[in-house]
Formats: sequence, C-alpha cells, structure tokens
Amino acid sequence: MSFSRRDFLKTSGALIVNFAASSLARPFPFAQGPFDTHPSHIDPKKLDSWIAVSADGSITAYTGKCDFGQGMFTVQTQLVAEELCVPLERVKLIQCDTSLAPDQGTTSGSQSTPTNFNSDNLAQAAATAREALIAMAATELGEPSTDLTVAEGVIAGKNGRRVTYAELIGSKRFNIPLSSTAKRRSPSQWAILGKPVHALETAALMTGQFEFVHNVRLPGMLHGRVVRPPEVGATVVSVDEKSIRQIPGVVKVVVRNNFIGVVAEKQSQAAQAARELKVQWKPGPGLPQQKTFFASLLGQPAQDALLVDSRDIEQQLAVAPTVVRATYVYPYQMHGSIGASCAVAEVKPDHVTVWSATQSVYPTRSVVAKLLERPLESVRVVYTRGAGCYGLNGADTVSMDAALLAQAAGKPVRVQLSRQDEMAWENFGAACVIDQRAGIGDNHAILAWDCETWSTSKGGRPGYERPGNVISGMLAGNPSEEVKPRAAAEPRAELRNRSNLAPSYIAGCVNGKCSGAGTVRSERVLSHTVASPFFTGPLRSPLRIQNTFAHECFMDELSARVKADPVAFRLQHLRDQRVIDVVKAAARAAQWEPRPSPQANLRRSGTATGRGIACVAYEGSNGYTAVVAEVSVDIESGRVTPTHFTAAIDCGPISNPDGLRNQTEGGILQGMSRALVEEVTWDEKRVTSTDWESYHSLYLDLPLPSITITLIDRPDAAATGAGETAITVIPAAIGNAIFDATGIRLREIPFTADRVRAALRDLGNHSGDAMLRAQERVNETV
Amino acid sequence: MSKLSLRVNGVVHALEIDPQTPLLFVLSDEIGLRGPKFGCGMAQCGACSVILRGQVVRSCVMPLRAVGQDEVTTLEGLGTPEKPHPLQQALIEEGAAQCGFCLSGVILTAKAVLDKKPDASDQELGQALGGVLCRCFAHLRMWRAIRKYADARKA
Repeated sequence: MSFSRRDFLKTSGALIVNFAASSLARPFPFAQGPFDTHPSHIDPKKLDSWIAVSADGSITAYTGKCDFGQGMFTVQTQLVAEELCVPLERVKLIQCDTSLAPDQGTTSGSQSTPTNFNSDNLAQAAATAREALIAMAATELGEPSTDLTVAEGVIAGKNGRRVTYAELIGSKRFNIPLSSTAKRRSPSQWAILGKPVHALETAALMTGQFEFVHNVRLPGMLHGRVVRPPEVGATVVSVDEKSIRQIPGVVKVVVRNNFIGVVAEKQSQAAQAARELKVQWKPGPGLPQQKTFFASLLGQPAQDALLVDSRDIEQQLAVAPTVVRATYVYPYQMHGSIGASCAVAEVKPDHVTVWSATQSVYPTRSVVAKLLERPLESVRVVYTRGAGCYGLNGADTVSMDAALLAQAAGKPVRVQLSRQDEMAWENFGAACVIDQRAGIGDNHAILAWDCETWSTSKGGRPGYERPGNVISGMLAGNPSEEVKPRAAAEPRAELRNRSNLAPSYIAGCVNGKCSGAGTVRSERVLSHTVASPFFTGPLRSPLRIQNTFAHECFMDELSARVKADPVAFRLQHLRDQRVIDVVKAAARAAQWEPRPSPQANLRRSGTATGRGIACVAYEGSNGYTAVVAEVSVDIESGRVTPTHFTAAIDCGPISNPDGLRNQTEGGILQGMSRALVEEVTWDEKRVTSTDWESYHSLYLDLPLPSITITLIDRPDAAATGAGETAITVIPAAIGNAIFDATGIRLREIPFTADRVRAALRDLGNHSGDAMLRAQERVNETV
Repeated sequence: MSKLSLRVNGVVHALEIDPQTPLLFVLSDEIGLRGPKFGCGMAQCGACSVILRGQVVRSCVMPLRAVGQDEVTTLEGLGTPEKPHPLQQALIEEGAAQCGFCLSGVILTAKAVLDKKPDASDQELGQALGGVLCRCFAHLRMWRAIRKYADARKA
C-alpha cells in the first residue's frame, strides 16, 4: 500500500490511516509537497487535520504529542473517545508523523496535557467534531440538536430514529475550522476519560511484540555506527579507510568535518569497523578539573536574568536579627536511556524518511533537511518509540547520524549508538550552584529571601534551525548555541517561574503584580547562565529539580534555625492554596508529627531514621506536589535507604488516575536514584562515566521503599502537567529526611554513602556547633 | 561465514553467518525478533536477556557459536498478547511498565529464578534482579507482579 495525504485530499476523502508501524517501511513519495506552510503544512485550525471518521465508524485522530512510555498515547486515545462518545477501541491515534499530524513542536516540558487537554488543539478538535456530527444529525433526523443523545457513535432522537457517525460523514471530510465555542464534555459526565486505564500497548510490550525504533527493518537496510572523538573538542586530522578494509561487509566510511561514521552490511561488522577504524585526532583543549569545577563557575562571564527584585534585599538582610546563608551544588546528570539510541533513515533522490524516537518530529525534519541540503518538503520524520528518554537523550543526534550515513550509502541505514557513544556525548542535565540567603525576624518569620544561581549551558534542543546543538550536528560542522554573556534586564511584566528559579515562599511581585506562591516580600532572584564544557539539554525537570533541591532544603534550614516544624513553617509562608493543599494532604497521609528537625536524641550508632518534606508549584502553575520521604541512615557506612514516600499531587482534572500513579511512582524512584547515586564524572580530557559501572543507577534489587499517593482531583481547574512534579521534590525531601535523622545537612547531590559517612564523621569529631561546621565544610567545596 | 542452525522459541532457523556474531544481533537482525533489545552491549543492563539451558543469559555478549543446538527462549517464546504466560499476565494486570524496553530482563530473570526455585525468597529474587535495570523506575509494579505470580504458582 502506498498512499499520500495529498491523494486522500484530492479525492476529498477523510484521511484514514490503518497500518502497523512496520508497513510504513514503504516510501511515501512527495507526501508533503502541496502543504508546506512552515512550520506546519497541516493546518491546525482545520478540524480535518485532527479527526477523521471512517466508513466503519472508527475514528482516526492525529496528534503532535507522542508517547515515550509515559502514557500519552493511551490518555489521548481516552480523550478522543470521551469527546466523541465512542468506545476506546474505536479510536486509532496517529502520533507525531510529519506527513500526517499537525506540528505541535516538541513533546516536552510537561506541556502535552496542558496543550491537548484544555480548550485548544486535540481536545477542542474532538469536541468540535462531536458538535458538528450532532448538528448534521439534527438535520438528518429533523429534530433539534438539544433533543439528541449520543452514545457509542450513534446519535438518537426522541422519536426513536437513529443515525451513526459513519452514515453522517464516514470517509468524508468535515471541511470546517476548529470551533472556539465547542463545549468539552464535563468531567461529571466522563465515562472513559478520568478512569484508570493501563497503557494500551501493555500486552504487546510484555510479550515482545511492540515495535520500537530499534526494531524497524527495511528491505536492503544497512547498519551504521559512529566514531566519536576520543576526547572533548578533538578534531579529525586524517582517517585511514584502509585500516578496516579486511573487515567483511564494510560498505562505506563517511567523514564530514569531524563527523565520522561507518556503514556495513551487518550490525556486528559495523560495530567492529567503528572500533578498529584508525583515525588521527588533534587533541581537544582539555576539561576543567571536576574537583574545583563548581567553584570555577562563579567567576565566569554569564548571561544574567533577574526574575524578581524588590530592591530592598540588602537593607533587609542588614537589619534582620538572623541571617542564614547556604550554597547548594547539583551535578551534571544523564538521561541514561536504557536503550542506546537508534534511528533508521532512507535517502532517495526525491524524498527522505527518518524513523526517529525524537521528541520533536518537525524540528528534526527541519534540521535533517538542512544537514542533507534537501528541500524541507521532501523530508518526512516518523516518530517511532525508543527507550524512555526523560528529555533530550541521544534520539535527535542519532537521527542525524542515520540521515548522514543513509545519504552517503544511498541505501536505508539503521544506526545504533554504542553505550559509550550515548553516555559520553548526550546533552546532560545542567550542573548548578545555588546560593541562598535569608533573613529571619524576631517573630520567626522570613523577612527577606535572596537567591542567586549559576547554571551551565551548551547547545540544547536543535529546534528548527540548530543541528549543532547536539553532538552529531556539531561534528558535521554546525555551530552550537553558546552562552552570550550579558547583564540582567529589569524583570518582565510579571514573575515567570518556568524554571522554578523562584522559591515557593516569596511573593513574586513584579510591577505591582504578585504571582509568587508565598508571602516573603523582600525578594531577589538572579540567575547566571555560564558556558558548559559539555552539551546540556532538558533532563526531566530541567533546572526545576536543581532549584527546588536548593529552595526546599534551605526552607528546612530556616525552619530548623527557629526550631519550627517544617510543615507548619512552610504553611506559615505559603499563600497559593493549591500548594497549601498538597502540603497538608501529604503531611496528613504521612501522619506527620509536628516537631522541629532534627529530631531530639540523635543516634550516633546503628540505624537512624527520619522524615522530610518538600513541595513545589511546578513551573509556578503547571502542577502541584508535596512529598514526605522517610529514610534510614546506617551510621557506620553512611548508606541512605528511603523506606517510604507519601505524595500528594494536584494536576487539575485527572485524565487517567492509573497513568498518573504510574508517573508519580516512577518519578519518585527516579528522583531517588538521582538523589542518591547519579553523577557524571570526567577527567582532564573526557567523560569517564560511560557505562552502568561508572554511571550509577539504582537497579531492580531490594530494598525498595513503599509509596502512598493521594490524588487531588480538581475537575473545574485547567489540566496541568504531571510527569515531572514528583521527581522535582525528591532530592530535597530525602535531604531533609537525612537531616532529620542525623542532624547533617547535605548540600551536594548525590547523597552517596561516602559523603554521608564523611559528614557524620565530621559531626562526631566536633561537639557543640558541629552541625554548623559540617555545613561550612560542605560550603568550602564550592 | 558458516552454515548453522539455531533453535529459537520452538522454531529451527537455518543461518549462514559468522559464528562469532553476538546472539542478540542474530535474534534481532536475522530472525527479526523484537523481544531482546540492545541496551548496553556489555551485559550490564539486562535488556537483551534470553533463557538458555534454564539460565538467563545476556545475548549481547554471547557469541552464536556458544549456543549450540540448545533452545533459546525470548520474551516472544513465553506467550502472546492473546495468550500471555502467567508471569506476563501478572505484569499486564499490574500495568508494570513505562517504556517497556527493559522487560526481557525483568520477566525472563524472574522466570528463570522461579522455574528453578518456585519458593524463592524476595532476597533470592532480588539478587537476580539486582543486575536488571529499568530507567523509568516501574520497580514497584514489577515487584508486585512477580510476587503475585510466584504466590499464585506456589498455591
């Protein structure tokens, strides 16, 4: 079967696609030619771009937000089924294909639910379709639409006559725009949305039937591998193609600037060729020492941004009876997808197809066109799921690898990155240093809060224009986005807390408008973005997890300084009701005992236990959560073992409670792994954490903590993101629990047993103000 | 290149291939199976797991020649979406996955342990699963499903 969107549109038929992903292994010639109105040739204002009804009454829906294992496929299917009043199995969802789906940019940043589940885009399209079908039925049945009822794709009148969707419009186009007034079905009516549904692909996954991008196979397909530089910044002097001549099956060596790849008939041949190809490299400039790296960030030229500034912070801190200061450090961490990234590309004279696990099919289409010097409209990118990415993993870069190698080979090429290719060169989650100062009044209230952060940046998402923002594009000769040092401008019209740079406890007043979650009115939040030696990019809860770690631990330090209960002290300084509600709900569910931290009578041997809380209004207003962590700390070894987490989460109306729980459980445990063991390491030339022995992740062994989750459903609120809220607070919740258990305040992630043991030893060596000295010692490292 | 045969999930495949080829590449490229996956190529994560002679092995580091005539079982060999193996069924019922890339390691490791020792303790299961990685961290659901299957099997 070979067809194109244009062919469908030519015959005025609705676009109905019914295929297994593998059948896409056939070319799609010129699918996009007539529709190129960059950024999207598929007009999102038209209903037919989103919804089609086939002759058998099934619904095909198109979305630009795809599923990486977080349930978006299932919940969007629920959404369409709900709005169109059809059973779940009658909806076929096509996600992220530049020949079929509208351009919804990148699936990221907890934006899929806000974008597609409120009053725009997919949700509004489905509501528009239902209303349009009812209006058609009213004409057909000769009854007012208010007298009609809809169920299972059948519209019935009071007089008993019925008409099906298929009879009304099957295989024909709606030819109407998206309505801005079409009413979403009310959550009180929901029969499919809002119900717990396991991911629809679960059985296929469990039985090995699901097709990942790693499984895409095309006729005549070859296998590619890349040869990355031996150290950061190294450049190619010469490539000795003869050095791999003896390896059977080698088809091609591809060199473009500093990009090198090999193509072979078999995967093992390609892997061997990549290992054995002799390349002479000019060394790179070297890397800054990891030991002093964080301190070195503070003196670098920076791109500054001022989020909020009440202009009285220094005066307030000067008069405050108590001033607390602390510096927090967050390391580079990895996406570390379990599957090293993979993509398949086919480059024909007149069209290019890339099967890619990218979060950004349209931007990838654009950068591939740029790299291959092909017209945009001749490139098609088909989203095909990879291993969980948690942000910008190697999926974008390997898509470029596959396109470059397929172009050179003239045949379809599948590129599989090695584990080292993936881990040494991915866009890491940014390293940060966060400096906090606060003044506390005699009444034990916070008078002033000053927060200054340094975060590292290089490259990032390629977007539509910048292939050099990831390693392959850069090696092939394209510039990466670099930090442009500049002074901070005055804060904008209102607080924009998208990166959770601002703590929840400040009032967030800009130009008289106070949109912070808290009460502290003397406030300043200043950020410095400095150049990173490594590529950086969004990693689940980008900057939010780093900043929230610092804010929520510091809040605990303040509460400890005035011997207040950490929950009560938070509530005293919060005014956003939704944050207040999650804090109260988590504390209640955890049977939180009101008392200051650390607990009295700290143990100095055996096992100490403690509890800690942390909360966040994600991106200021995109989801709310509070989590109580309970940990045990082995005093001798320093090993921290979380035993229980109690979470409360509010993401507006809950679309799929099971999916929400799954995301929250996963977010909590992933947060635990990142808090306890994950850290990128490097030497003077290269990244040294390039496999699972050198980059640590918690495996599937025991002990595992138990998790209790309270879901707060708000049917009348806007739908928010939920995939990143829980993980955001976990490092702080665990850090606060360690403090409660032992009295040591750890300000650097990860909380490895070595760090905990060293801090405990320090505490044992000094009595009295040992706690303070331990703090100073940690601070000396920055 | 050698001519040899490989038994996978009850089917014998005739192959003409370098016997040093890692079993994983044979399963995924020559036979077209989707269950075993390339995670690390270094036996560190479990995504490529298969069962051979009653043991879980990492097919990414096992050369084809080491398999001989023994049967290889992959995730596909346990059950189908229509008729899953009871362990697969338990994971389906618990919704025990996110991206699902790690499942060969999770399911086949637990199966091999429990086939050998149906009353394996959590500690014994944990020891085996300690070599299996799931980066989406669906750990709790996976453990719940494995425990459920083990208990039902004992009963």
